Amino acid sequence: MPAISMTVNGEKVCGEVEGRTLLVEFIRNTLGKTGTHVGCDTSQCGACVVHVDGKAVKSCTALAIACDGADVVTIEGIAKDGKLHPMQEAFRENHGLQCGFCTPGMIMSGIDIVKRKGKKLKEETIREELEGNICRCTGYHNIVKAIQAGAAKM
Amino acid sequence: MSETGIGARLVRKEDHRFITGKGRYTDDINLPGQAHAYFVRSPHAHAEIKKVDTAKAAKAPGVLCVLTGDDAAKDGVGGLICGWMIHSKDGSPMKAGPHPVLAQGKVRHVGDQVAVVVARTKAQAKAAAALVNVTYKTLDAVADPAKAQKRGAPKVHDVAANNTVFEWEIGDKAATEAAFAKAAHITSLDLVNNRLAPNAMEPRAAIGSYDAGEDHFTLYTTSQNPHVARLVISAFIGIAPEHKLRVIAPDVGGGFGSKIFIYAEEVVCLWASKRAGGVPVKWVAERSESFLTDAHGRDHVTKAELATDANGKVTGMRVKTIANMGAYLSTFASSVPTYLYATLLSGQYNIPNIYAEVDAVYTNTTPVDAYRGAGRPEATYVVERLMETAARELGEDPAEFRRKNFITEFPHQTPVIMCYDAGDYGASLDKALELIDYKGFDKRKAAAAKKGKLRGIGFSNYIEACGIAPSAAVGSLGAGVGLWESAEVRVNPVGTVEILTGSHSHGQGHETTFAQLVSDRLGIDASQVSIVHGDTDKVQFGMGTYGSRSGAVGMTAISKALDKIEAKAKKVAAHVMEASESDVEFKNGTFSVKGTDKKMAFGEVALAAYVAHKFPTSEVEPGLKEGAFHDPSNFTFPAGCHVCELEVDADTGVVEVVDWVAVDDFGNIINPMIVEGQVHGGIAQGVGQALTEGVVYDDSGQLLTGSYMDYCMPRADNLPTLRLGFTKTECPSNPLGIKGCGEAGAIAAPAALMNALTNALGVKDVPMPATPQTVWKAMAHMREAAE
Repeated sequence: MPAISMTVNGEKVCGEVEGRTLLVEFIRNTLGKTGTHVGCDTSQCGACVVHVDGKAVKSCTALAIACDGADVVTIEGIAKDGKLHPMQEAFRENHGLQCGFCTPGMIMSGIDIVKRKGKKLKEETIREELEGNICRCTGYHNIVKAIQAGAAKM
Repeated sequence: MSETGIGARLVRKEDHRFITGKGRYTDDINLPGQAHAYFVRSPHAHAEIKKVDTAKAAKAPGVLCVLTGDDAAKDGVGGLICGWMIHSKDGSPMKAGPHPVLAQGKVRHVGDQVAVVVARTKAQAKAAAALVNVTYKTLDAVADPAKAQKRGAPKVHDVAANNTVFEWEIGDKAATEAAFAKAAHITSLDLVNNRLAPNAMEPRAAIGSYDAGEDHFTLYTTSQNPHVARLVISAFIGIAPEHKLRVIAPDVGGGFGSKIFIYAEEVVCLWASKRAGGVPVKWVAERSESFLTDAHGRDHVTKAELATDANGKVTGMRVKTIANMGAYLSTFASSVPTYLYATLLSGQYNIPNIYAEVDAVYTNTTPVDAYRGAGRPEATYVVERLMETAARELGEDPAEFRRKNFITEFPHQTPVIMCYDAGDYGASLDKALELIDYKGFDKRKAAAAKKGKLRGIGFSNYIEACGIAPSAAVGSLGAGVGLWESAEVRVNPVGTVEILTGSHSHGQGHETTFAQLVSDRLGIDASQVSIVHGDTDKVQFGMGTYGSRSGAVGMTAISKALDKIEAKAKKVAAHVMEASESDVEFKNGTFSVKGTDKKMAFGEVALAAYVAHKFPTSEVEPGLKEGAFHDPSNFTFPAGCHVCELEVDADTGVVEVVDWVAVDDFGNIINPMIVEGQVHGGIAQGVGQALTEGVVYDDSGQLLTGSYMDYCMPRADNLPTLRLGFTKTECPSNPLGIKGCGEAGAIAAPAALMNALTNALGVKDVPMPATPQTVWKAMAHMREAAE
């Protein structure tokens, strides 16, 4: 099996993968970082969103081998020195989560939206940009508020 | 009262682990040496199984065992059960066909599990499953509930003639017929309540682990009620006696009813672990398996009629419903279209005569059971579509037509079992009318018309019965168990508190709200309280979370246990302060002796309970731990008024929900932030039912909506900002005066939206989901008129 290496949350990691191993499988099974979730088979739900070389990627759609040498950030890697990322804090403050399963993907997508669209986000923009993330609990109401608030503090 | 007590908008205690990726869901747990299960499933909706050849698969790399229905039968693994007996009009019991954990002789829906392959890796199990050769003789199938009872329809179970599980009735038929005979006007609607897939974002998963040394099983599972799972798997399926079976439901990523039920896969994982020599066996559903095997919701075909007199007062309601049960009776399936549905047909209204008939039918589809609201959304859809339509036909304002038919005195006994204990329906209507600016609607409609948009407004004045379920009431109606709840309060020597509850939280925020109750009662900060749930080894017994019961039933059990804690702590305080127990008062977390300056903080009394000397043990024993069981005396009846405003693009049929007002009466509220979140989520699921979601089978029983490519989950841009308001009447049947809020949105929303849509289009009915194509078709009459 081919060996790959990448940086995950600032740490050099390596492992053997099959050609078909998905990035999310490598992150969850090989690295044991289980904050990144799988909610569907068809790349619609967005529970698996991570950042690869600074961009939001659905890790159920990327092959691990294709990410050889990449810089990957997962939900476990965004708090710095024990301090929550403003987007994490905003989800808590605004009750932007209930069961928590879609939450890591939502937070990673939220950060990505800010990177692309700036810190002053209109509600309409956020709703449109969340097309690739499904939540079944919150009705999105508080997720939209959380991303807006988190964006302003980033 | 503390700052973290009842009524505080306390940020959730459980959130830290979820926002940092440290949640612990079943698929995050990996046991040493764990193997993986993959199920061979039927590609046919209906077929005889002629042969299952597992020889090739058994020899494939990594395979530990391949098991079939024959193996299950040999090993005495029992079938799945339905826990609520319904009797037909003629007194005969419902016709429940067998539901083996792996199919025996026949498959009855696409996705029915035929065999399981256990292998070292998931990929190996999946590859080997493709080598299991099943020879089928396909049979004709029936998927449409309206066709299931027709002469010559394919028979799903031998035991059920005409595919009829039961023909049930409720209400006074003769009196209702008489009311209709005298009616000044009769409103009639043919309604379909579309079939939905619950779609909790965490797919179902299970790990079964057999310990040969102890002859003991452990099951990790995505369950809303682990104790009920243990009871059923033990007492009915016969895997192991209860003391030899531990069931753990760790963090669970949403349920909405679909994780109440006891499914084949979790049973098979336990059994397979023993067969594989004690290797833990893990199964995680792929989303396509979720669509095929998670119990679906709704799926009613209904004819509903409403009789009114010359003054526009409702005098009677007549309903005939065909409810699709799918291919097997799921755990609580029979209760949903009967006692959870037709008992709510009185809505918020004084309707003297109601008669409803419900035929439950088998079809070659995935089983149908409780999904958020469970029967009550279907009832609300019938009542509120009828009320709105009747108002339009009579030329009355829909809000005022409702108002003049409201129940205004409590308690109110409806003709369909329920006795409403408290409510003020006029108050929620008034507040909703004010919030939506009802008077300004015509102006908004005119402005929309200028943009080429058709604007509509619709109401839904829902009521629900939750806090399921008073054992005296449901026992007499056929429920196998009364649905009480248990609680244990353990006070540690340092004064921190552990609450052990039989409720299970999978998004509802119990770790916060239950702690708020303790904070309120004992005067300690909520951070000093932890909630233990979801493990049958830790919590003795419980009934779990569904039917908006965890507040009204689960928290009441905690409250009763806290009463005992307070009483015991008073004895301890009296002993330590050398006072008479009757002189000890407890207020704001402090015990004091009347008429003296003697006092002790709660934490000091807790410590004393464990370390004080010379307890007069005939009067008070050391320690501070109490338990309670609570069996409610009645359901609770949350109610409210939802108003939807929407705009339809006349050219494309696209519907945009532009405003939503929800005014709910949930009685006393523990945490407004969490309650609002529950309402938001419920509305989104209701909007999903009305606009985007629908499970579709073709005539051969093939599932056409088997992934998120075809089944449209509502996205953020399908919803507006939701505007909420609250009114309050306290529930008299529990000491906290609370009702239930988890299902209200999903119950109210479909009717509000469809009333708004039919208002916008000027038509009587549009089928759900109102996709652009469906709406465009419904506008044919406008296009014809324009030509």
